[in-house]
Amino acid sequence: MMSQESRVKSQEVLASTPKNAMSSAQIEAKKRDRNLTTRRILSQSYLWFLIVLLYAPIVLIIFFSFTRSKVLGNWTGFTFGLYENLFSGYDRVAQVQVNPDMYQALLYTLIIAVIAATFATLLGTLAAIGIYNMRQRSRRAIQLLNSVPMINPDILTGISLFLLFVFLGISRGLTTVIIAHVVFCTPYVVLSVMPRLTKMNPNIYEAALDLGATPFQALRKVMMPELWPGMLSGFILSITLSIDDFGVTFFTKGSSGLNTLSTFIYADARKGGLTPELRPLFSLIFLTMLVLLIIINWRAARQAKKS
Amino acid sequence: MKKFLQIASSRHTWAWPYVLFLVLFVVLPLLLIVVYAFTTPGGDFTLHNFVQFFTTSEAVNTFIYSIAIAILTTVICLLLGYPAAYIMATAELKTPVVMSMLFILPMWINFLLRTLATVELFNMFSIPLGEGALLYGMCYDFLPFMIYPIYNTLQKMDHSLIEAAYDLGANRREVFTKVILPLSKSGIYSGVVMVFMPTVSTFAISELLTRNKITLFGSLIQRAFGEGGLQMWNYGAALSLVLLLIIGLSSFFGNNDEQEAQSVL
Repeated sequence: MMSQESRVKSQEVLASTPKNAMSSAQIEAKKRDRNLTTRRILSQSYLWFLIVLLYAPIVLIIFFSFTRSKVLGNWTGFTFGLYENLFSGYDRVAQVQVNPDMYQALLYTLIIAVIAATFATLLGTLAAIGIYNMRQRSRRAIQLLNSVPMINPDILTGISLFLLFVFLGISRGLTTVIIAHVVFCTPYVVLSVMPRLTKMNPNIYEAALDLGATPFQALRKVMMPELWPGMLSGFILSITLSIDDFGVTFFTKGSSGLNTLSTFIYADARKGGLTPELRPLFSLIFLTMLVLLIIINWRAARQAKKS
Repeated sequence: MKKFLQIASSRHTWAWPYVLFLVLFVVLPLLLIVVYAFTTPGGDFTLHNFVQFFTTSEAVNTFIYSIAIAILTTVICLLLGYPAAYIMATAELKTPVVMSMLFILPMWINFLLRTLATVELFNMFSIPLGEGALLYGMCYDFLPFMIYPIYNTLQKMDHSLIEAAYDLGANRREVFTKVILPLSKSGIYSGVVMVFMPTVSTFAISELLTRNKITLFGSLIQRAFGEGGLQMWNYGAALSLVLLLIIGLSSFFGNNDEQEAQSVL
């Protein structure tokens, strides 16, 4: 933005000075332009430097997903072998089954994420509507309470819920993990639905009731269409948070052998070598996300152009 | 039925299920930490858990060390992240959205796996796993949390203020220290909180990055609950309460920018 300004400025300078004579103003403007270019190159390369640092481990994972070696960092020749193993569940070369716990962990990760995100979205949307219609003081109080699970670090959320389940005598397993995930996902749903509510005309719900709709009909036919973008982003965010969680799951999963990918990786790493098929698995997850993000961006850019 | 409809149509009641949920699964569990911290395994009141913590030099040292590491990580993230956020917000980038996306995308790979890959990276260049590796790994994991809030505040900043400062005769340094920096304060606060809180409480990253050579406070708590058996839960709860106080204090100082933390989403 700045260099564009200065370019415009220097053009003005050029236009106002007589031709053939390099005025001092002109030279100055040129110098400033060059300085800005250097600064821009420097700042851009700084960003790229950080990006290279951030992506180095990921590139390493993807790179070593194309070789068969047991450990990351040991190249034993290019092959799609690990991808083959991942999809067939059987390692033809070593003649063994691919660790079945990994598939189970993947399945549980998805089940937990979808169920927890669904509950969080329903609970959070209702809560957002309720909070929005409250008086200032109770609204403040609940918003403060709502921010507690967001501020609380994983380990404290996990331990406090662990103590609760022990205290209530509930044995830990799939249900407790899902409840725990709803706890840390719902606040984000509330926060993503709230802005939609402030944008919405507050009278249309009342109007629907006056016209004879039941509260449920008014919710479904009048409010939902206005709120769903917020609900959707809350849902997607919840899925992300749930899939990525380690700390909370670790303390609420119990010892029955239930694992999500996070806790599976942790247990695997502590035992020694990682299951090699994790490399192609995460390469594929990463590529899917990359493609999704590109599509979302592309569509957003096209919509922005239209309007 | 009529009564139910009446209750349902006054919409503030719609938050009740969530309030109940929060009380049961957020407030009550946190209270349980306090209860466990001040009781013996038998259920009697005691201060012994805290005495045990403050008189075990290993525990106290770990605590201080963890806070030092967290502060150091936060400072490094701030020093690395602020320029990046500043460049993204102000420089003429062809694709600012793509650039900001590039900083989020790595978070889509499970952080444990990324941490393990970082360990392999160190092994490949035969860098010893220790304090340096720990700091690098922590900064690596939490840098995006620093960049985002700062980037958001800088982007919302009114650029005419900067021009006004230049017009009034300020030089570049003055514009930065007297206009841009104060305006991005709220972003810095929330960035600091968002990096400090997870780093001070982390427990898996340190184990993986240092092959169990360095123990952080989070690992100490985890061990109390994991390997210690029933007898250790009360001690673990006391440690958790200490951590909770630290978190409460640091969120209190970064409190005025809740909105910034929200805009990260």
